[in-house]
Amino acid sequence: MPRMTMIEAIRGAMDVSMERDDNVVVFGEDVGYFGGVFRCTQGLQQKYGTSRCFDAPISELGIVGTAIGMAAYGLRPCVEVQFADYVYPAYDQIVSEAARLRYRSNGGFTCPIVIRMPTGGGIFGGQTHSQSPEALFTHVSGLKVVVPSNPHDAKGLLISSIEDPDPVIFLEPKRLYNGPFDGHHDRPVTPWSKHELGEVPEGHFTVPLGKAVVRRPGAALTILAYGTMVYVAEAAAAETGIDAEVIDLRTLLPLDLETIVASVKKTGRCVVVHEATLTSGFGAELAALVQENCFFHLEAPVARVAGWDTPYPHAQEWDYFPGPARVGRALLETMEA
Amino acid sequence: MTENTPLRFHVPEPEVRPGGTPDFSKVPIPKAGSVERPPVDVDPRSIRDMAYSIIRVLNREGEAVGPWAGTLSDEELAEGLRHMMTLRTFDVRMQMAQRQGKTSFYMQHMGEEAVSCAFRRALEPGDMNFPTYRQAGLLIAADYPMVEMMNQNYSNELDPLKGRQLPVLYSSKEYGFFTVSGNLGTQFVQAVGWAMASAIKGDTKIAAGWIGDGSTAESDFHAALVFASTYRAPVVLNIVNNQWAISTFQGIARGGSGTFAARGLGFGIPALRVDGNDYLAVHAVAKWAVERARRNLGPTLVEYVTYRVGAHSTSDDPSAYRPKTESEAWPLGDPVIRLKNHLIAKGLWSEERHKQAEAEILDTVISAQKEAEKHGTLHAGGRPSARDMFEGVYAEMPPHLRRQRQQAGV
Repeated sequence: MPRMTMIEAIRGAMDVSMERDDNVVVFGEDVGYFGGVFRCTQGLQQKYGTSRCFDAPISELGIVGTAIGMAAYGLRPCVEVQFADYVYPAYDQIVSEAARLRYRSNGGFTCPIVIRMPTGGGIFGGQTHSQSPEALFTHVSGLKVVVPSNPHDAKGLLISSIEDPDPVIFLEPKRLYNGPFDGHHDRPVTPWSKHELGEVPEGHFTVPLGKAVVRRPGAALTILAYGTMVYVAEAAAAETGIDAEVIDLRTLLPLDLETIVASVKKTGRCVVVHEATLTSGFGAELAALVQENCFFHLEAPVARVAGWDTPYPHAQEWDYFPGPARVGRALLETMEA
Repeated sequence: MTENTPLRFHVPEPEVRPGGTPDFSKVPIPKAGSVERPPVDVDPRSIRDMAYSIIRVLNREGEAVGPWAGTLSDEELAEGLRHMMTLRTFDVRMQMAQRQGKTSFYMQHMGEEAVSCAFRRALEPGDMNFPTYRQAGLLIAADYPMVEMMNQNYSNELDPLKGRQLPVLYSSKEYGFFTVSGNLGTQFVQAVGWAMASAIKGDTKIAAGWIGDGSTAESDFHAALVFASTYRAPVVLNIVNNQWAISTFQGIARGGSGTFAARGLGFGIPALRVDGNDYLAVHAVAKWAVERARRNLGPTLVEYVTYRVGAHSTSDDPSAYRPKTESEAWPLGDPVIRLKNHLIAKGLWSEERHKQAEAEILDTVISAQKEAEKHGTLHAGGRPSARDMFEGVYAEMPPHLRRQRQQAGV
């Protein structure tokens, strides 16, 4: 099986989908001729022509708004917002329109669109190239929210998202584009070619939405993570020697509660980790669900390790990013509690 | 160094407020028939002045004059009058139903009937409108079943939207009427996307976007013009300038721009202004713009100059912000009366025939209302199931919604 980067896997997903379905169109800022600022759409315009893959004006609301109209017509647009930090101008279109078309029209109109956006920090991106806005979307009825953590899932989940009949927010942790990252910024980065999850099937395959996966089986404690934090969690488990079970959620909405509950009932302890800010972050929902569903199995309070409640800083990157040391401390505290 | 004078903050104000005498004498109204009718493949740069004029067909004597006249047959004109009268009667009955507590809310079209009714007749089956909440004429003129509209307004057991949506926010794909949203302006850019899709697929269908004067201030308006211009989308972008956005006069949204149509000029989009109370002019301009779109010549921006005679909604009292008699002073008159007078001038209609038609239409509307009310009104009789509340959020109900539905006990 070929190994590829997450960028190549994402591009492969769009290529496969465009090949299989003439109604799939891809557009966004710098997405056409140039192939995207992260190269995720490289070659698609040459292969499928400008009416299938094209550059858009710098207008996130315009990109999402026209995509909604196209979906109402019957296309399946897969659009890109250059950075998740720049999705806000499109927020009205996403929340008030894309998410509600099916409901408010009683199925008369539907919105099978995918909005891809690079997300997350750990790249010295500062305030507007590092944010993790997933909680702003998981709060919206009618959306699906997906965060892959490796090339295999990125391709399979993106194909599933494009084929899904409902709008999907597809958040791509850009820190993982070229290789896994465990938060040890002082060590050289390993490329995906050296990682088993860099193995990606050629052609069409899917990873189902709404299904989490256990990345590291363990008995002592459950870590709920997604995106870059999956590797940070694995590193923290290894470094503390705690036999943690690491669950990669993959889809945040709808959430695979079954896998979460089964794990926490087994381990009796749970630590939730994410890059996004703490207050009202998605971790709050996870902690509440674990508490509701596993209360009598819990040996310790559910802990959350998250970004601080500040805008994402530049110089203080590694003081902000919840790295393996901070996650490790939470694991130890939860074990001792 | 020169002395700087203190800056002054400018807030536009309407010329007249409650208690004042309405005065539209400063509103320039060109004579009917005086505006040229360019070919549809005209170079937009050569008709920039049209964004500052008003295309009108019906003159004071009720005659159709000038180059925009003659797009409708006698039968179509009579039918147009019937559509406008039906919409007006429908409004009256629904307004009354709201006051009787049969529905929570209603928005009428009084004075704007020509805009949506005439526009609809310039479209072909398969074309798609992206309307606001004040274009129900698009449904009436497409012969959408009135009972269905009432079922929606009543949120009853036959409500096609299962009670999920506020009254008047209709939706019908089959009738080319995109689902209306409460969020203003959003559909304007979606119309452009729909038109882009039609072009991408090599289809022959076109889209029509709709927006009010106030909502042109939303960023969606700007995005729609950018995308329509960039991709030469086959779309007609309609601005219904009824002078008022709830209590806010149009000058607040328009600012220093001479007209709303003029907004199109900077985008290279041909922009026309039309007498929105002139059924014939609306139809002729719509037909021109639709043909341009259909012939792949790109988008057109149309401003319909009209007046919102009624309250903004059943929750609004206009006497708090404008003179009570302002609508009577409106120089473009009443669209129903003007078309009626035209038909009389043509010898196709009479006062007696009109009264008879009014009575017939009222009968039709009342019997539709009786039929709808058999299936319930907001607080009485049949209503959508609570189960319907959980359906349709997604194509398939996810586990968390199944759990919530169980919790709700439905």
